Amino acid sequence: MPDTKTYKLPFIVLTLVLLLCFCANISLGSVFIPFQDVFNGLIGNPTENESWQHIIHEYRLPKAFTAMIVGSGLGVSGLLMQTLFRNPLAGPFVLGITSGSSLGVALVIMGASLFGGAFAGIFVSKWSIVIAASLGSFIVLLFVLIISNKIRDTMAILIIGLMFASITSATVNVLSYFSSAEELKQYIFWGLGSIGNLRWDELFIFFIIYALGIIISLTSIKALNTLLLGENYAKSLGLNLKKSRLLIIIATSLLAGTITAFAGPIVFIGLAIPHMTRQVFNTSNHKILLPAVFLFGAIVMLICDSIAQLPSSDLTLPINAITSLIGAPVIIWLLVRKRKMVF
Amino acid sequence: MTKNKSHIVLKTQDLTIGYSFKKEKSIIASNINIELHKGELVGLIGANGIGKSTLLRTLTNVQQKLSGGITINNTTLENYSNINLAKVLSLVLTESLGSKNLTVFELVALGRQPYTNWVGNLNEADYQIINQCLLQTNIEDLKHKKCYELSDGQLQKVMIARALAQDTDLIILDEPTTHLDMYHKAYILKLLQKLAKDTNKTILFSSHEIDLAIQLCDTLIVMTKDSVITDQPCNLIEKGIFNDLFPKDLIIFDNKTGSFRVKK
Repeated sequence: MPDTKTYKLPFIVLTLVLLLCFCANISLGSVFIPFQDVFNGLIGNPTENESWQHIIHEYRLPKAFTAMIVGSGLGVSGLLMQTLFRNPLAGPFVLGITSGSSLGVALVIMGASLFGGAFAGIFVSKWSIVIAASLGSFIVLLFVLIISNKIRDTMAILIIGLMFASITSATVNVLSYFSSAEELKQYIFWGLGSIGNLRWDELFIFFIIYALGIIISLTSIKALNTLLLGENYAKSLGLNLKKSRLLIIIATSLLAGTITAFAGPIVFIGLAIPHMTRQVFNTSNHKILLPAVFLFGAIVMLICDSIAQLPSSDLTLPINAITSLIGAPVIIWLLVRKRKMVF
Repeated sequence: MTKNKSHIVLKTQDLTIGYSFKKEKSIIASNINIELHKGELVGLIGANGIGKSTLLRTLTNVQQKLSGGITINNTTLENYSNINLAKVLSLVLTESLGSKNLTVFELVALGRQPYTNWVGNLNEADYQIINQCLLQTNIEDLKHKKCYELSDGQLQKVMIARALAQDTDLIILDEPTTHLDMYHKAYILKLLQKLAKDTNKTILFSSHEIDLAIQLCDTLIVMTKDSVITDQPCNLIEKGIFNDLFPKDLIIFDNKTGSFRVKK
């Protein structure tokens, strides 16, 4: 038995499953396209029907990429938070990032009529929502960073994040109390999440910020492993605790912040994927966990999206409902089967 | 026996420890002058609340000293960066592990962190050191076990192996024998004695096992309300230091056997 497992086989299997899910995701949708034509469309050959080409290139491909970015990004940021706070209940949103985004979006959608004037002009175009969500999460993040720089205790940051979440959600409540049914509906729809309406140019910006977050996460692997011993041991091993903590928080914010901005507040994935991965890989080593969470996240999100499309029907279900409906039973099943939580 | 200056691993000069809140200082102990030499096993003993933990926390740079000087290998403690301190000083703490899902090998391997690259990959030399540490602490058969499967005694050996793998001149352990049964208390301290001798590292631990410490340590640091005394155990017995360690209403120190007895 080697000293450290490399888990080569599971990684190969996962990569193949990811490819399979990617193909399946592109093949399925409200319009039926034969697999042959999907393949032709992908590599640029003419398809039997002109519009199929358009559907694949302008709609299904960006959606599949968005799904992979969202799934892997949320999974990785969830893992970072669970290790940093040594808390299995932590997810990408414990720092109050989503609530910041929600407040930003709520201000744009529901505040427009309330404040009139200045806001009325930019009323709910897609970019204004993206910008509002980013600004909202950025401002909350800024507060969390300033405070975390002054605070020794990591657990206090967790509580402060939760407090920010309550402040912002209370503000959203006040706003929604005074807004019209139409605005309220629009806000709720944003809250259900959507990964289906990004164009390539939007996806490009999305991807760049996401990639930055992933790169910072990769550079934090060693720090994350050291943190498994606890903060005092980590310090005694020469870890610069404040700097590592800052990098981990920045990576999480970049990932969770942009994903919320572009795809809405997708719940559950960030919390569940790391647990799912630990059940399968049974290790705490982040050199293994991080890439595994990445793959798992992408796979699960592709599957959830395929189901949400309700293949061969005109309906689409909200992605946020599907992630929980599919994901929660899987986690329960994994936990019951192993009878032991790996953390 | 003469020990020249280069052999002094840890030295404190008129050290005062305690806490400072804003401008108010509460002094816990002062005039601490300790010299620890290479390859010595040193026990730190004293009653509860006398400041053993505070002293260890100060020596390991977790807590600020109030005044005086601390030098490790002739360099003052403040002049060490985090990473350089990690190369001369390793710790075994009383706090529980963040994650017990690591294997014994992975945990001991984390001791190599100060020396590994940005992603923490181990090279051939690292593997050799880790395996040697597993051998020295008699845990090579536990190598692939997860930490949650271990008993307290086994886990303590693993934590010692991890500190050993960090390859530092000084290892400081905070009460390494708590939660252990009588046999394992003796086992761990005996192991520390052997490691100090074999690896020529200086090992400092705090403990309430005064009888064992008297038997096994090269030097004892005794903290009492008035002073901090460092000497060889037999000299300390001769001077009658242990008689003043605790209030005299319940237990007394027997100079002949070197242990405490309950008053009849």
